[in-house]
Amino acid sequence: MADTLDLSAATAMLKAVSQAVIDQADVLTDADLAIGDGDHGTGMRRGFEGALAALDATPPESIDAAFKTVGMAILSETGGAAGAIFGTLFRSGAKGFAGRDTIDGGSFAAFLEAGLEAVLKRGGVVEGQKTIVDALAPAARAAKAAAGTLPARAKAAADGALVGVEATKGMVATTGKARSLGERSLGHPDPGAISASIILVAMHDFIARN
Amino acid sequence: MARPGKKMLNDPKKVVAEMIEGLVLANDGRIAKLPHHNAIVRTDLPDSKVALLIGGGSGHEPLFHGFVGRNMGDGAACGQVFAAPSPDIIVAAAKTVHRGKGVLFLYGNYAGDNMNFDMAAEILQEDEDIEVRTVRITDDVAAAPPERVHDRRGIAGDVYAIKVTGGAAAELDSLAEVERVARKAVANIRSMAVAVSAGSIPETGKLTFELADDEIEIGMGAHGEAGVHRQKLTTADSIADQMMDKILADLPFGRGDEVALMINNLGATTMMEMLIVNRRVRQILDREGIRVHRSDVGTWVTTQEMAGLSITLMKLDEELKHYLDLPAESLGYSRM
Repeated sequence: MADTLDLSAATAMLKAVSQAVIDQADVLTDADLAIGDGDHGTGMRRGFEGALAALDATPPESIDAAFKTVGMAILSETGGAAGAIFGTLFRSGAKGFAGRDTIDGGSFAAFLEAGLEAVLKRGGVVEGQKTIVDALAPAARAAKAAAGTLPARAKAAADGALVGVEATKGMVATTGKARSLGERSLGHPDPGAISASIILVAMHDFIARN
Repeated sequence: MARPGKKMLNDPKKVVAEMIEGLVLANDGRIAKLPHHNAIVRTDLPDSKVALLIGGGSGHEPLFHGFVGRNMGDGAACGQVFAAPSPDIIVAAAKTVHRGKGVLFLYGNYAGDNMNFDMAAEILQEDEDIEVRTVRITDDVAAAPPERVHDRRGIAGDVYAIKVTGGAAAELDSLAEVERVARKAVANIRSMAVAVSAGSIPETGKLTFELADDEIEIGMGAHGEAGVHRQKLTTADSIADQMMDKILADLPFGRGDEVALMINNLGATTMMEMLIVNRRVRQILDREGIRVHRSDVGTWVTTQEMAGLSITLMKLDEELKHYLDLPAESLGYSRM
């Protein structure tokens, strides 16, 4: 297990995260078909394929630049609400790594906190509306509370996100395209929250492995 | 298992790029695609005018990119299928159509469009010093009650909003004035749709929603968003009655009003059904003492091969009538 990640490990982690999202695009499509229009999986795959290509084309010179590169690729290639939200998570979350040579427990928690704050502002949403925020917010809180090393914080974040995804099943969507489903959205997890959990679980897997 | 969506495609991942290529060619030189972005702009833009930029997800053709032309949109930012265009596309399109008098963004009210157009507006104002105003179209009365207009989607009312605002952007000299006319148009447009069967997503072939063979859904949104209620398929007159009850009561429209009336095909419904519904709608309007200034029956805002239709009314005053009646030229909507 890695207590810190340097630039090259951080870049490798972002590539592993991208691959995890690409591999699970069909899961996201099916989740979105249940309560949305079914384009979340293809959109996320497009965005993270773009992220892989961008990381390969221009190897980033700093950790925050690497996260910004991923954010810009998602913003451009995914499009839609998911592009704006997940692009913002990486682009604004990158502030947590500004001026740092490594990802450690503290900067990892700072990444989630900065990303969450920007997503809340951009989306104009609060917790409980059945969105990505319902996975991201518990993840950010858990990472902050866990204190200590990077693996402990990454595990807390991944677990927090998974608990958050489960909780979205009991929520009625009050924003986005699922909003009009009202009660019909009950029982289904939010596709954006699932994406957030895939990203955080992949981060933890990478950190635990390396 | 066979794909439920039976479509003539090449690479399903390239539908938007190939569609835009075909769209540009179909316009015989009147529009061009930007070299590096999925955006199109008029080639005959006057040197000085308020610019009107429209846009949204693809897959609803001829909306939005089919409405770029003289006295219509000056440019359109095209997203992937059912997904809002990204900020870089919107910024590139806005910079290209800008003629020194600012840019009005006019698009349907969806969370993804709102976020991406807002990010683009921030970039244009902060980095490019281009003034941007935004008007979101909210004509779908089924989406939310009147006190939550900001939660309503844009559907076929997009067409009248673009037509009127396109005229205003051709004649009026200030961005604020064009914005005023656009807001007035949106405030006077009301629509509702009925879904008969689902369309499919080109890339996956999957249907966007489930609806039993003998069921319809009154008020369903363009992407399968839930409407007012599901019921057994019934007569055209009964369906039109239910939709018109909601639409008329919402603004409300009343005796002595003059309106434009649009019956819009969601994709796969026959002209015969549309005309039968139009007949009933006119009977209702006659009964209510509402005069139809202009009728449009056709295909403008679709969701692939979704079957169903929408009814749109726009209450007119002299100003809205003037801009609605101006000649317009675009692939999707023209008027002599």
